[in-house]
Amino acid sequence: MSIDWIKLLFTLLGLFIVLNYGLLQYGLIRRITARIGKRIGMPVYQPYIDLVKNYAMRSQITHGVMFYLGPVFRLVGGVGIFMFMPLIYGSYYWSNYSFAGDVILIMYFMFFGMLGMALGASEGGHPYSFIGISRGLSQFTTVEVPFTLAVIAVAVQHHSFSLTEIVAGQQGGIMHWNIMTNPFAGIAAMLAFLGMMMASPFNVVQAPQEIPIGPPTEYHGTYLGLLQTNRAILYVSESILMVNLFFGGATNWVELIVKSFCVFFWPVFVGLVFPRFRIDQSIPWFLKIPLILSIIGIFMV
Amino acid sequence: MEDKKTFIDPDLTKRTVIGPNGEDITVDPIQDYFCDALPKKHEPKRAKIFENFFNWARAESIWVLGFGTGCGSIELYPLLTPRFDAYRFGVQMRPTPRQANLMIISGYLSVKTLKRAIRSYEQMQNPKFVMALGSCTINGGMYFDSYNTINRLDKYMPVDVYVAGCMPRPEAILAGFEALKKRIKAGKAEGANLYAENFETYKANQKKIIRDWNMPDYNW
Amino acid sequence: MEKIIQHLQGAFDVKAVKKQRNDLYFVTVGKDQAIPAVTYLRDAEGFSHLVMITVADWMEKGVFELNYIVHNYQLHADISICTNIDREEATMHSAHHLWEQAWTYQRELKEMYGIEFPGSPRVDESFNLEGWDNIPPMRREFDTLKYANETFFPRPGRVSHDPATYMKQKLYPNE
Ligand code: SF4
Repeated sequence: MSIDWIKLLFTLLGLFIVLNYGLLQYGLIRRITARIGKRIGMPVYQPYIDLVKNYAMRSQITHGVMFYLGPVFRLVGGVGIFMFMPLIYGSYYWSNYSFAGDVILIMYFMFFGMLGMALGASEGGHPYSFIGISRGLSQFTTVEVPFTLAVIAVAVQHHSFSLTEIVAGQQGGIMHWNIMTNPFAGIAAMLAFLGMMMASPFNVVQAPQEIPIGPPTEYHGTYLGLLQTNRAILYVSESILMVNLFFGGATNWVELIVKSFCVFFWPVFVGLVFPRFRIDQSIPWFLKIPLILSIIGIFMV
Repeated sequence: MEDKKTFIDPDLTKRTVIGPNGEDITVDPIQDYFCDALPKKHEPKRAKIFENFFNWARAESIWVLGFGTGCGSIELYPLLTPRFDAYRFGVQMRPTPRQANLMIISGYLSVKTLKRAIRSYEQMQNPKFVMALGSCTINGGMYFDSYNTINRLDKYMPVDVYVAGCMPRPEAILAGFEALKKRIKAGKAEGANLYAENFETYKANQKKIIRDWNMPDYNW
Repeated sequence: MEKIIQHLQGAFDVKAVKKQRNDLYFVTVGKDQAIPAVTYLRDAEGFSHLVMITVADWMEKGVFELNYIVHNYQLHADISICTNIDREEATMHSAHHLWEQAWTYQRELKEMYGIEFPGSPRVDESFNLEGWDNIPPMRREFDTLKYANETFFPRPGRVSHDPATYMKQKLYPNE
């Protein structure tokens, strides 16, 4: 088997672009949040400085092997989603390693990162980590249900589990996008997306001011740097996934960035408007409206 | 008048518990739950240019441990409001000592609080800085003759910046952040190494006033 | 209120009554009658809320004056039951069975003044001063300045001024 070196290079380059994009986007979010609170807010490049600082911490402590592996797993989850997702439709080099069943693999990777984090955080031994992780896992499980159903609806519609083909089926104008052709599944997925991004109404997992920051309580220095890197990659990857699934994909970088930017800001704006749900409110919420919508979405097809 | 009380913390005494298979497990929390390695000195990077770059990053991204003592903790919250907005200077609040770089001692420290403050300080990771607010931390302030509040913070942990006032206004605290940044960028803020080097002295001072020392000497 | 005070005077050996305000009376009783008086106020007169238990140190008279302040929500009135106990053998009957928050008050009084409350739960645990080994610090024979100078590290060069004279000198130096 020959390795397509140029393709690998392009994939890594894409990863690099996505990382920077994610960091800048995070800075921008903080900036917008600050503006809404009538503050000026931190510089847009602040996440870079934080990252450098965290990697430059002099001393680290560890709580055991799983403590090391937690952030690594999470990073693998984030990178994994990215690796198997076509970025630009119609481009051989920018479609990464997408193949016929990539949707399923991506769904798996999403959960994988969370599980890795659970193992790592429980080794840390801080009670808040446990609370955060148990909330995170239970919420994520319920988020997965409507999201998976919505994805299945899309897959049935296009008779394929390949993202490339799903995107291909949506070409030809806005009326061909899945959000238009199958609005119920689209809306369900968008609502589930809120939970996936852990933005405000569903951020009990990290819940600042409540269980200070949840799972990563014990993580510091390089571990935290890894987690930050991953956050940048993961969130952008998830929004690109949404673009691919429901918003017709993208045929060039500008289109991709504009679309994923809009998708990314949907949870941010929702989060700024709505207060946080408790875990016992958010789980039934996900099992009600989005679930029903996604089931309708399947029957629509 | 009263004989000395020996207070024994029930959570920290040696005890025997019965394991899931019926076997006896002896638990000595001080030994088992804590690591008692002493702090090490961490040399700065040898290449000057790296160290300068890292110091710049440290100065521009100060993560503050949300730990308030005394009157001053109420003065810290305005820092995050639209009026003062410390985020502009890269100052952020962190809820856990593991991720924080800067500890703000915001006012008088009673002996009981000092114990907790030391624990939190020791859990912070190496490039760590301390900023002390108010005259109480400098020389005792208006509590100079109190039986229960310390007079000089720098006897118990290395302090990088003092901000004088009773209580310093948020503007003064922002100025304190600027001073701290200058110090970090000049490479002078080596509080953690200082603490590791003079560990014996600091510990002796701490143990002199914290009489029921029921924790290990160093809590990483 | 007058009636309640009269009831108290009828039932207990009241030494002195001082009317502070219309809704605040200080009633002094003997040491053994204090807890029964408080119990009576709580159960029969509706003073269901314990505001605080506090102590004044009368070193010159050689007594501690204990105050049990109770509040009546219907009348919006307070009565303080005062009693004097000997400073040297400071022992008082415990009120822990009446209100649970009395535990904490008594724990604090034990720590700060060295007053014994036999039978009160957890009274021997340290409250604020962990591992205190001197005489209780709120007793007036305790010299806090001396203690602070010996224990903590006073910064050389610190001076205290009397605010009134100092500000006068600063602001109006010519007067
Ligand atoms: S310096 Fe003043 S404001 Fe600050 S802790 Fe002391 S008394 Fe309070």
